[in-house]
Amino acid sequence: MSYTPLTRDQMAARVARDIPEGAYVNLGIGLPTLVANHLPMGREIVLHSENGVLGIGPAPAPGDEDYDLINAGKQPVTLLAGGCYFHHADSFGMMRGGHLDICVLGAFQVSATGDLANWHTGAPDAIPAVGGAMDLAVGAKKTFVMMEHLTRSGESKIVERCTYPLTAVACVSRIYTDLAVLDVTPAGVTIIEAVPGLTHDELRRLTGLPLAD
Amino acid sequence: MINKLVSSPAEALAGVHDGATVMIGGFGSAGQPSELIDALIEQGARELTIVNNNAGNGETGLAALLKARRVRKIICSFPRQVDSQVFDSLYRSGDIELELVPQGNLAERIRAAGAGIGGFFTPTGYGTELAKGKETREIDGRMYVYETPIHADWALIKAEAGDRWGNLVYRKTARNFGPIMATAAKVTVAAVHDVVELGALDPEHVVTPGIFVHRVVKVERTATGPAGFKQPGTRSPA
Repeated sequence: MSYTPLTRDQMAARVARDIPEGAYVNLGIGLPTLVANHLPMGREIVLHSENGVLGIGPAPAPGDEDYDLINAGKQPVTLLAGGCYFHHADSFGMMRGGHLDICVLGAFQVSATGDLANWHTGAPDAIPAVGGAMDLAVGAKKTFVMMEHLTRSGESKIVERCTYPLTAVACVSRIYTDLAVLDVTPAGVTIIEAVPGLTHDELRRLTGLPLAD
Repeated sequence: MINKLVSSPAEALAGVHDGATVMIGGFGSAGQPSELIDALIEQGARELTIVNNNAGNGETGLAALLKARRVRKIICSFPRQVDSQVFDSLYRSGDIELELVPQGNLAERIRAAGAGIGGFFTPTGYGTELAKGKETREIDGRMYVYETPIHADWALIKAEAGDRWGNLVYRKTARNFGPIMATAAKVTVAAVHDVVELGALDPEHVVTPGIFVHRVVKVERTATGPAGFKQPGTRSPA
């Protein structure tokens, strides 16, 4: 049987389905930002951005951008009624203090024990930059990772041990890829679902890890 | 009479010494006090340590200060950007020292300095390269890393409005580092778009109390393009 990996938008829609009414959520830069476009209508979800805003609304119409109102990716955003601004120490206190329900982050690698590597390739000529990645990973009640399952050369990004420099230790609770949704549990990585046509055994073969059903 | 108003950015920056540690507000260029950075370039102090979230964009502002070879060290969380070429080349040639700090640790280290805290244990960074060599401690079953405060000689920030006592309010996400940097420096300079009479700012809404601010200078609000303030009804440059 053949299978089709999810598109980036399909992945975003899949993550969005799991974000409940009333959740305070931070969407990381890049792929996770797409989740905002798929949040179910009628669910009241408060989006946080670490530069100091809660209650982010839709992107502004062309011509209405206000560059004093941006997200962590420095894109212009809007504010919903009820939204508010605060300074950086308060913003990171919200994260570190466990007040955010969910953060969704991209990743280079996630280990079988939920270690996350998403800030630095460790290449000798790379200039390191970390931003808020480490704070987000340790702070939210649940850290979701959203990434392609395989690298361009076909290696699994879910690994026994991360080979890239770590962002945080044992912080990931759930992984959404273009092939599957998996939970990181004390007993190891568990398959929640795979894309139609992809058997669990084939997913295990691609991942190279003993994934529980 | 207390009057913290000064007439120009140059006057506001008088006295910055060589080797000073200077905090510069802003996230990207929202809240970036570009007029004060230009005045710092004019002022001429060298061997500076700069504390900012980033390491300069394009060729203006902080990037121009770096390009003028006035910065010995930068403490920031996210130096690498598509247009951070000035920093990138100084870093690669070994002409600038980088202390890379997770963004929340940067904010809290600044806050700690301003609040008189001698450091703190944070879970952020535990088990990573950025915590190497730092003291760690297990507290209630969780691992933490000890981080020290960052004090500055100067803080250069931007606010929306201020009065002659130095009380400040900000605009939207341009608030970012302003309120905490204001507390952590010996001399805090606030560039504001509006100077208002004492009492005009609602005391319930003052974000930075004037005790933290030493000099206030009015600057024009200019459309600065991407990540800067845009005048209502104008289009930002593509």
